[in-house]
Amino acid sequence: MSAYPIDRIRSEFPALHQTVGDHPLTYLDSAATALKPQIVIDTINQHYREESANIHRGLHYLSEKATKAYEAARDTVQTFINAEDRAEIIFTSGTTASINLVAGAYGAAFIKAGDEIIISNMEHHSNIVPWQMLHDRVGCELRVVPITDSGEIDLDAFEALLNPRTRLVSMVHVSNSLGTVNPIERVIRLAHDAGARVLVDAAQAITSRPLDVRSLDCDFLAFSGHKLFGPTGVGVLYGRRELLEAMPPFLGGGDMILSVTMEKTTYNHLPYKFEAGTAHIAGVIGLGAAVEYVNEIGIDQISQYEETLREVATAALTDLPGVQLYGTAPEKAAILSFLVDDVHPHDIGSVLDSVGVAIRAGHHCTQPVMQRFGIAATARASFSMYNTRDDVDRLIDGVLRVKELLT
Amino acid sequence: MTVSDELYQQVILDHNRNPRNFRKLDDPTHEAQGLNPLCGDEYTIFLKVDDENVIREVAYEGHGCAISKASASLMSEELMGKSEAEARELFKEFHGMILGNEPDKSCNLGKLAVFSGVWKYPARVKCAALCWHALRSALDGDDVVSTEGKM
Repeated sequence: MSAYPIDRIRSEFPALHQTVGDHPLTYLDSAATALKPQIVIDTINQHYREESANIHRGLHYLSEKATKAYEAARDTVQTFINAEDRAEIIFTSGTTASINLVAGAYGAAFIKAGDEIIISNMEHHSNIVPWQMLHDRVGCELRVVPITDSGEIDLDAFEALLNPRTRLVSMVHVSNSLGTVNPIERVIRLAHDAGARVLVDAAQAITSRPLDVRSLDCDFLAFSGHKLFGPTGVGVLYGRRELLEAMPPFLGGGDMILSVTMEKTTYNHLPYKFEAGTAHIAGVIGLGAAVEYVNEIGIDQISQYEETLREVATAALTDLPGVQLYGTAPEKAAILSFLVDDVHPHDIGSVLDSVGVAIRAGHHCTQPVMQRFGIAATARASFSMYNTRDDVDRLIDGVLRVKELLT
Repeated sequence: MTVSDELYQQVILDHNRNPRNFRKLDDPTHEAQGLNPLCGDEYTIFLKVDDENVIREVAYEGHGCAISKASASLMSEELMGKSEAEARELFKEFHGMILGNEPDKSCNLGKLAVFSGVWKYPARVKCAALCWHALRSALDGDDVVSTEGKM
């Protein structure tokens, strides 16, 4: 394996090359949104400069160019997650929209009163609220897998929850607030054995490890473009073809139809059946460029590099007296949630910001996780492909400053 | 001046470490809770107002960040001996200052002027305002106020 090209990577993310006050920017908030490489910015620019047109309908040169680029992005995503069929890749506005699409279309058609859906205690609100809304709509029941003190799902409890009424398991692969990597293959196998379908929330997982929907054998998988170095406002829903075929459309409108009369509409084929309205064309094309960039570096390489950073950062934070880590599972992504003595996380965030270190402080849209650990919020440092050991050092210096000022 | 120097001035750090009047009042005439559901901060403000409408005692309990705690502590000191009308006027001036609406007013606000730079950090304005909103609710006879609208 050749050396990890960290200098090259850093040179290709323009946002890294700025200062905050007198300090170089240390960006440790990639779990909220990742920075964008120049090629993504250029690709979006170029689209608007040279091929800004609507897709799938224009007969002119620009429209054909834009359509080609849009559909090429679908092929790129298909290959990236190893889907069998390009029609299984639906572009949405993000993970939240993807999950809502499954809840709204699959849920409304195939989940009835008395049926059960299993989620876990570590889900992002976007993988809780759509199911609560479905509960209100159809009367299905929501079952919750508890998590352990180290922040892992309780697999025995999960197995015990599975029963013939379980229709769907919707679970996060990598927790955004704890960093835990869930044993998703096992979850999928157990769910399938019980006759349930599985949706994987891969919003965090997609940036830090290779994902193969065929070897995972998941039924649905959702992720966002902006955490994968692409633009905001675009995301993906992968769905097994026969399920997508059987599902009714989610949104009605242009592009999702073959023909419309005042009496009857014939819906379009997959994937267009689920892409009503003018898509975020530039966003999809930008996402394609982001995936190609990740392919160029290599997701395996990125994954290994981040694992090293995680180990270094975990050791350094754990060594500081008064620092408490939340999420200590053996299998983790480079996401570190922590508290410093009794300092409020918003104060940690403000003091770190004052030395140029950007982290997230709050409940991370996972209030049930905070309730599980009896805290209101945490500070969260998350590392990505462009971070370095220097960033870890700056984080530690910043935490020392927090202790000096506030304890 | 760096961000942390401006936001975390010595006075604020001191009141965070040693909050004044940080206790429950057993027989308050007014009491209200202030909540910030976004960050989990919560304080209960207790007032003892006499027959002349003068604030004789101010205390509070709860938890939150350094900014909200220091703000409650400094507020409690400033309110002591003020009439209800004066307290309401002080709320208005303080609120204007932390929103950055009335930069000149900080000179009238004594020690509270340490919060005059907060408006530059929009994420922290609600922290400084929390106890003051609870104060106004207490004076209005409401039980609880939230930074995210009516409860």
